[in-house]
Amino acid sequence: MPINLYILLAVVLFCIGVVGVLTRRNAIIIFMCIELMLNAVNLLLVAFSKMHNYAMMKEGIATGGSDGQLFVFFIMVVAAAEVSVGLAIIVMMYRNVHSVDINFLNRLKH
Amino acid sequence: MEIIEILFGILAFLAIFSALMVVVSKNPVHSVLWLIVTFFAISGHYILLNAQFLAIVNIIVYAGAIMVLFLFVIMLINLNRETAPQKNRWLKMAGGVAGGCLLLVLVAAFKEVGMAEKQKAVVNVGDIGLIKSLGKELFTKYLVPFEISSVLFLSAMVGAVVIGKKE
Repeated sequence: MPINLYILLAVVLFCIGVVGVLTRRNAIIIFMCIELMLNAVNLLLVAFSKMHNYAMMKEGIATGGSDGQLFVFFIMVVAAAEVSVGLAIIVMMYRNVHSVDINFLNRLKH
Repeated sequence: MEIIEILFGILAFLAIFSALMVVVSKNPVHSVLWLIVTFFAISGHYILLNAQFLAIVNIIVYAGAIMVLFLFVIMLINLNRETAPQKNRWLKMAGGVAGGCLLLVLVAAFKEVGMAEKQKAVVNVGDIGLIKSLGKELFTKYLVPFEISSVLFLSAMVGAVVIGKKE
């Protein structure tokens, strides 16, 4: 597959995630849109890793480009940690404010 | 039209459609389910790119663990009475326009660079995505980051417990 199509797909997915973060007011859905953006970047990293691998293979190096896939692995690790802490914060916030609407979270401003 | 291109088209359409449904749907539970569909489509892309390890890990970690966590939290939080996040139509419109502008700018910049008309992400060749080669790389070249990420997990676990604890 041409790399163009993968770049286009990842950009579209990322922008859908951005629109979700900007338009929705529910904290959980905003969190899910962040996961969507992370996954778009992961897909692009894997596609670029295969592209790099193809270029390296012409020069006779078979294992070139596996760094990209390991980065995706580490991104997944960090995302899992982030989700566990973030959801704990959301539950805590619901316990205090009795809502997950982020419009109620402007108390730091006053 | 090869079979791989058809598969790519179907998976790309599925991913984009379900991602749109995540943003559009009113019920948070439906959003979670559509997000799971998106993750499966992205895993299909990984399989198409011969990155089998990442495909399996994506399904196990994202669709298996993280989404179940989301569902737990949604069911823990009583959203039924719907403290109805107030609908500000202008805010929504502004968000949509801003996201569309971002898409436009990114695509235009990419066209301008015009890189890689001939570059390809090869689908069937190469075995860097298999467990054997990735594991060898992970436990030699990336050993220190791997161990540090385990410390990160431990601290995240402690943090989640401390934050979620009742005083």
